Amino acid sequence: MNNEALHYHFDVDGASFANAGRASVETKKLLRQIGVSPDVIRRISVAMYEGEINMVIHAHGGDADVYITEDTILIQLKDVGPGIRNVEEAMKEGFSTAPENIRALGFGAGMGLPNMKRYSDDMHIDTKVGVGTTIELWYRLK
Amino acid sequence: MKISEAAEILNAVVLTGGDKLDEEVHSACGSDMMSDVLAYVKDQGVLLTGLINVQVIRTLLMMDMNCVVFVRGKVPPEGIVEFAEENGVVVLQTKLPMFEACGRLYCAGLGRREDEGAPEVKDEGADHE
Repeated sequence: MNNEALHYHFDVDGASFANAGRASVETKKLLRQIGVSPDVIRRISVAMYEGEINMVIHAHGGDADVYITEDTILIQLKDVGPGIRNVEEAMKEGFSTAPENIRALGFGAGMGLPNMKRYSDDMHIDTKVGVGTTIELWYRLK
Repeated sequence: MKISEAAEILNAVVLTGGDKLDEEVHSACGSDMMSDVLAYVKDQGVLLTGLINVQVIRTLLMMDMNCVVFVRGKVPPEGIVEFAEENGVVVLQTKLPMFEACGRLYCAGLGRREDEGAPEVKDEGADHE
């Protein structure tokens, strides 16, 4: 990203499921203020929200960074959690390693990563077991 | 359909958003899995759910939905209604189970495409064997 990018940082609190999604709600408000089109905002909101939920469920939280330039928006979600053992498997709809108590909360249906891919123009996953995961969600504005 | 009509059909109590009952909703979905709502729902207005945590409201906000119906008489824990109120979301509560609540709204025309029309009801004495 170049220096002209707008940058917003959010700490994703891993201690509380109730707080999961705060960064996504804030980001949505920011994007609205900036005047990003509603369609792009919706896609970013859903993908980032799923990502944030994942960070809380699996990785004790982490960092969410939003970079905005004239042409692109990048959402970077970084954690130092357990990493994803098999990315290909994790990308399958319905595949989930979330514990039963998370399902009772409305998540863990195995739609997180597939939703993030569906609702982004490009998604990059950089993950290492025992080290952590960084996911980049890219959106083209032009 | 206005939210007020939906509330009436469901015999629902308005927990917050009483000033927004004139807003229109065009469709609805019923689910307890928020991931499924995020995956499959498009331009829905109403979410019917038996889940009563704060993520329900966040899911609505992410999807630009403006009304949630808690079914089976579920009482949301403290803070949920307030959070909805802060964000302009209407919260209804009905004693009806999910299936019946969805069925009633669907029969009343909510969420049906125009080309589908009303459900077919055969007249007594119509010509059949």
